[in-house]
Amino acid sequence: MNSELRDLYQDIILDHNKNPKNFRRMENATLHAEGHNPLCGDKLELFLRVENEIIVDVSFEGEGCAISKASASLMTTFLNGKSLSEAMAVFDGFQKLVTVESEGDADFESMGKLAVFAGVREYPSRIKCAILAWHTFKSALDSGGNESTISTE
Amino acid sequence: MSNDKSNKMETAGASALDGRSGIAAKPFDVAAVRAQFPVLHQNVHGQPLAYLDNAATSQKPAVVIDAVRTYYEKDNANIHRAVHTLSERATSLYEGARRSIQKAIGASSSKEVIFTRGTTESINLIAASYGRSVLSEGDEVVISTMEHHSNIVPWFMLCEEKGARLRVVPIDDKGDLDLDAFAGMLGPRTKIVSMCHISNTLGTINPLKEIIRLAREHNVCVVVDGAQGIPHVKINVNELDCDFYAFSSHKAYGPTGTGVLYGKQHILEKMPPYQGGGDMIASVSFDKITYADVPAKFEAGTPNIAGSIGLAAALDFLEQLDYGVFPDYEDELLAYAHDQLQQLDGLRIIGQAKEKTSVISFIIDRIHPHDIGTMLDNEGVAVRTGHHCTQPLMERFNVPATTRASFSFYNTREEVDQLVAGLKKIMKVFR
Repeated sequence: MNSELRDLYQDIILDHNKNPKNFRRMENATLHAEGHNPLCGDKLELFLRVENEIIVDVSFEGEGCAISKASASLMTTFLNGKSLSEAMAVFDGFQKLVTVESEGDADFESMGKLAVFAGVREYPSRIKCAILAWHTFKSALDSGGNESTISTE
Repeated sequence: MSNDKSNKMETAGASALDGRSGIAAKPFDVAAVRAQFPVLHQNVHGQPLAYLDNAATSQKPAVVIDAVRTYYEKDNANIHRAVHTLSERATSLYEGARRSIQKAIGASSSKEVIFTRGTTESINLIAASYGRSVLSEGDEVVISTMEHHSNIVPWFMLCEEKGARLRVVPIDDKGDLDLDAFAGMLGPRTKIVSMCHISNTLGTINPLKEIIRLAREHNVCVVVDGAQGIPHVKINVNELDCDFYAFSSHKAYGPTGTGVLYGKQHILEKMPPYQGGGDMIASVSFDKITYADVPAKFEAGTPNIAGSIGLAAALDFLEQLDYGVFPDYEDELLAYAHDQLQQLDGLRIIGQAKEKTSVISFIIDRIHPHDIGTMLDNEGVAVRTGHHCTQPLMERFNVPATTRASFSFYNTREEVDQLVAGLKKIMKVFR
């Protein structure tokens, strides 16, 4: 692999793809949303349990490419225990991280492990894959407990 | 820099590489053919480009590019309008292209060749004009599981509007149409059958003659989606006896944004116009409009003149390449690719129909097609990944997406090897 591709498929992404964290249904979720990426057929179901504005549990199910699966997996590890306002700040940071136009502005330091997704900038057609889980998360919050389906198209 | 790859089976002399005549020596001289496609000779990510996405769109030979450029450099004007020299020339080239295409597809009259934006618009035209006038509540339109969205959505919309029923002929696990089920679906309520000639995802060649024979027993109109047909198979619409045959220029080595709807003249004459505008009328007043005769009736507005000229040049190129020769080469390449891919552990080919063209859809255990596509691109190999605008077909095979390699006569065994080597690398990364 050349260095650009190596940046996209870092070991941490391949690991999370192979052994995703929090990959399960949640029976007592308070928020739930589905995300679709029609271009590649990715489907994602996200479950959240929010108590007193704090995310106390988060999990997902679905199928997708390595980038979308690893992104969902890492997102769940990152969101667990965060307050909703903290989570929204990370959502905004992640958008900047993977968007080509914002190159230079993004604060990689605060993003921790999520910074591995900066490599996706070199692959515009794959940005949707990285961002699907996060859009699904936002959609779950916006739904306020109602069923919700979003699409990256 | 040229990184052209000659096929092992062939010997390509220097004279054969001067391929501007468009005639390839027999046996099939792939190096000479490749020399006529400028875009093929480049590196992608430092690797020689292996363009294996021909079912999405084909590359263009120099004769097509030249035909379009010459038109814009020497003859460009609007058609059917002015009396000046350039307009006469443009009109003559445009109508000449129509006659040339008529001959290439074996239509009885050039009036049966309608220029459209592509297969999608051709099918929409049939649905909106013919379909809307013949369909009533409770009537049925028959398509198949392997259809492209462009041969599903227009019929779905029409059936919804009319309260008609869309019926879908199943396919078997290999990707062959269930002809018995098809025969069983035909009845007094069936008004239209619309089937692809060749599946863009599976490569299945449908038994059109049998389909048309069965439909005729019930006096049902037959529409053929020929988008994948023309690039691989010699068509004669008269012998085939279909009512409509729709195809795109860009999949058949012509420019994008142009296509054709062939229709039987007596049917076209009875059909109402599709779009209104200039060029499709005989006379206009605010009290009464008289429509033009076919084909002008269906060609409102200034068409893609250069595209039509380019398409005629492309079909002429295919004719000279010889439909009696290049499909055999593509079949050999397909057999080789099938053989090589099947040896890869965990790879499953989706679509193994009895009769198929050079399209291979496949999945690999635990590796998503999208990752395969990005990584193959890094190896210089261009493939398509996703649902290929055939979501119901993906559902039929219970896969979210596939990787599809689709071959043209300008592809080589070395490019198949490049694909296989790329896949082996990817399997290592994801192991």
